Amino acid sequence: MSAPLLDLEKVTIKFGGLTAVCDLDMHVGERELVGLIGPNGAGKTTAFNLITGVYQPTSGNIQFCQKPTAGVKPYKLSLRGISRTFQNIRLFASMTVLDNVRTAMQGNRAQRVRDALLRGRTFREVEARVEHEAMELLKIFSLDQFHGTPGKSLPYGDQRRLEIVRALATKPKLLLLDEPAAGMNPTEKQQLMELIRFVKDRFQIAVLLVEHDMKVVMGICERINVLDYGRKIAEGTPEEIRADPKVIAAYLGQEAVDA
Amino acid sequence: MDWFFQQLINGLALGAIYALIALGYTMVYGVLRFINFAHSDVLMLGAFAAYYLAQAVAPVLGPASIPTALVVIVLSAAICAVIGMTIEFLAYRPLRKRPKLTVLITAIGVSLFIEYTGQHEKVFGAATKPFPTLLPKTEIIVGALRCSSNDLVVVGLTAVLLVAMWFIVQRTKIGMAMRAVSFNEQAASLMGVNVNAIISFTFAIGSALAAVGGIFYSMRAPGIEPLMGVQPGLRAFIAAVLGGIGNLPGAALGGLVLGLIETFFGGMPGLSDYRDAIAFALLILILLFRPAGLLGKLQTEKV
Amino acid sequence: MRGKEKLFLLLAILAAIGVSCISSMFNRYYLGIAIDVGINIILAVSLNLINGHTGQFSLGHAGFMAVGGYMAAKLTLVCGPMLPPAAQPFLFAGALLFGGIVAALAGLAVGVPSLRLRGDYLAIVTLGFGEIIRVIFQTSETFGAATGLTGIAKLTNFGWSWGLAAVTVYVVACLVNSTYGRGFIAVQDDEIAASAMGINPVRYKVTAFVIGAFFAGIAGGLYAHHKAVLSPGGFDFIKSIEIVVMVILGGMGRTAGVIVAAIILTILPELLRGVAEYRMIIYSLLIIGLMLTRPQGLFNFGKKGAS
Repeated sequence: MSAPLLDLEKVTIKFGGLTAVCDLDMHVGERELVGLIGPNGAGKTTAFNLITGVYQPTSGNIQFCQKPTAGVKPYKLSLRGISRTFQNIRLFASMTVLDNVRTAMQGNRAQRVRDALLRGRTFREVEARVEHEAMELLKIFSLDQFHGTPGKSLPYGDQRRLEIVRALATKPKLLLLDEPAAGMNPTEKQQLMELIRFVKDRFQIAVLLVEHDMKVVMGICERINVLDYGRKIAEGTPEEIRADPKVIAAYLGQEAVDA
Repeated sequence: MDWFFQQLINGLALGAIYALIALGYTMVYGVLRFINFAHSDVLMLGAFAAYYLAQAVAPVLGPASIPTALVVIVLSAAICAVIGMTIEFLAYRPLRKRPKLTVLITAIGVSLFIEYTGQHEKVFGAATKPFPTLLPKTEIIVGALRCSSNDLVVVGLTAVLLVAMWFIVQRTKIGMAMRAVSFNEQAASLMGVNVNAIISFTFAIGSALAAVGGIFYSMRAPGIEPLMGVQPGLRAFIAAVLGGIGNLPGAALGGLVLGLIETFFGGMPGLSDYRDAIAFALLILILLFRPAGLLGKLQTEKV
Repeated sequence: MRGKEKLFLLLAILAAIGVSCISSMFNRYYLGIAIDVGINIILAVSLNLINGHTGQFSLGHAGFMAVGGYMAAKLTLVCGPMLPPAAQPFLFAGALLFGGIVAALAGLAVGVPSLRLRGDYLAIVTLGFGEIIRVIFQTSETFGAATGLTGIAKLTNFGWSWGLAAVTVYVVACLVNSTYGRGFIAVQDDEIAASAMGINPVRYKVTAFVIGAFFAGIAGGLYAHHKAVLSPGGFDFIKSIEIVVMVILGGMGRTAGVIVAAIILTILPELLRGVAEYRMIIYSLLIIGLMLTRPQGLFNFGKKGAS
């Protein structure tokens, strides 16, 4: 059993008097599709922010590709291979669809300042390559026809897809999806499930999914972690989690377990 | 030791003035989350209002007497309250939904407008005018300490006004509405608070206090002129930030602390040219290392 | 426009030099204003990189201009008499570059601490830095204290002014209109999302400040050698606001718009000479009116960053 891609060991974070996440042990292996669920306020997005470097843990360690992430800035972690989407879609509001994706490709230092200024052959080559790669990516997700439209004028479901495409443009090893099904109707959710499976297979990446919709989570995740009040209360396959009394109690209250 | 107490008294008087002006900055920031650049010019208008009112009132009530002072101060404060509400209504209210920086630039524009209009000779003229004596001034000597009766009046009246402010904000319905708006404007309006009226009220009180502060400031200054508000306004703003912008007791505390610092260090030779730079440097240091100020709470962005 | 940027730059510079050669044909007064326009274009476009493209609200740009101006002027005042007339243009170029570099360092000094701040706070801090710089020059005997520097050689002409304006526009536009440059806009739109996509916001913000300050410094050097006199009062908060208004009027982030706005706002005060006593009052009303009616700027042509 090879070392996991992402490994959280007894991670705790306190904000003043509030402990948002406590002693969290969690791991994601390469090309695994793992879910992270829990009632509202359980600490799921906080866990994401810890993994991506937005917050630093008060104690415990996080390792990505066997290297610690302590003290590493978010943009550096992105360059190492962690990418994410956000609970409230955070597209680049003033940019077109194509530019949103192209921007994500700069992270890998696709272009140097010197080339931008000299406008020589290197510049033209890089611009052409970036544009080509971005368009190819958009084509896979059927968004290429909108390449010139401002990102925020897309319908909601397409905006979510664009955010995922943008995250993929950074060529990540691990993709964090924060409630991607929020605000979608059942058909869109079905399409989303297929999309996530497709992404995992086509790009050969690991996916960590935070989601409230149980159908989506149970439908695609290979393994699920359950958080409640910042602590992990269960981990297992969808079947195991469905039957776990602690999980039922956390979501529906103790009476539901006793019933 | 006597020097220390002497500076203390002077510092308190100056601090009281800064506190009055700082309250205006902090209250407006509390309800609107915006820095009212034009506040420093309201204090100037208060001083000028007093200048002209004194000339009108003096023949009736006597040149320097308590009734004169009272009438002049109250009327000047009222005039500035109206001016403050007018500025808010005309220049800031239409921009309520816009990005904060748009309003900031507008405020700068209003400030410049008031200053340049004031400098025009048909209005106030750019020359410095001597400020009239409003109160009979006596010097009070206790041992080796000397202080002006004016200073005692300033400190006393400021204390009264601060207590009144505290009472209004903490113990009245309108104060509760102000606090509600400063926490969450939308929720407050859903609860039936007339947000526009509350904001107008905030500007009215802040401007009235600034007017009083401007008058007190002029009583110790060599004279008044249209640009006189810039320096005390800046100091009061720094005081508000020092205490924690948006926090009323903070503004009072900040004012006091700044007044004391300026008095204790002001005597140092060779530093007077650098005063503006030092003031700004202090502001920058506070914003970089403790942006919440002494009494404020840090606000973090939710990801 | 693709691929022709360098050609445009070359033509613009040649045209500027050309006009300069025949400049004796023109009325000196109008020529002076034209030179002012060139200088203001540099100031506005350089500030636009910081404010408009990267979204860092800087109210202290005049401070960078002051640094560049004073440094360049001091260099020519000291070295000018030591060199033959033929070397003057080279001295001038060197002085401008020197002024720009020191200004860029000032930009670094201001940009780094400002990284953690947003919105109004950033505006106030940059304003503060601008004032601190002004006070430093105002109290420094080396730079003439309150009287400032006098007797500076009038080395700026139309060619220098507009030629360097063309260079500034080229650099900023090329920078922003590229895959690299999209990083500036990403930082402005959503810093957290930009970080998550591998863009280092610190790097972009600091770069914007440094480059913006560099060109402001060059503008300062040109200004010093145009007016022949440099006093600290000319670099105060009001000057910074004037440049900010140009950027806002032109539509933050729209290079073409900002250039036009710079031209208009340089010529306007000259047109208002007749009502000089009302000039600043009208100007402040203009600011208020602009913010109330069209804060996105008068011009919306040209996509963000296009030249």
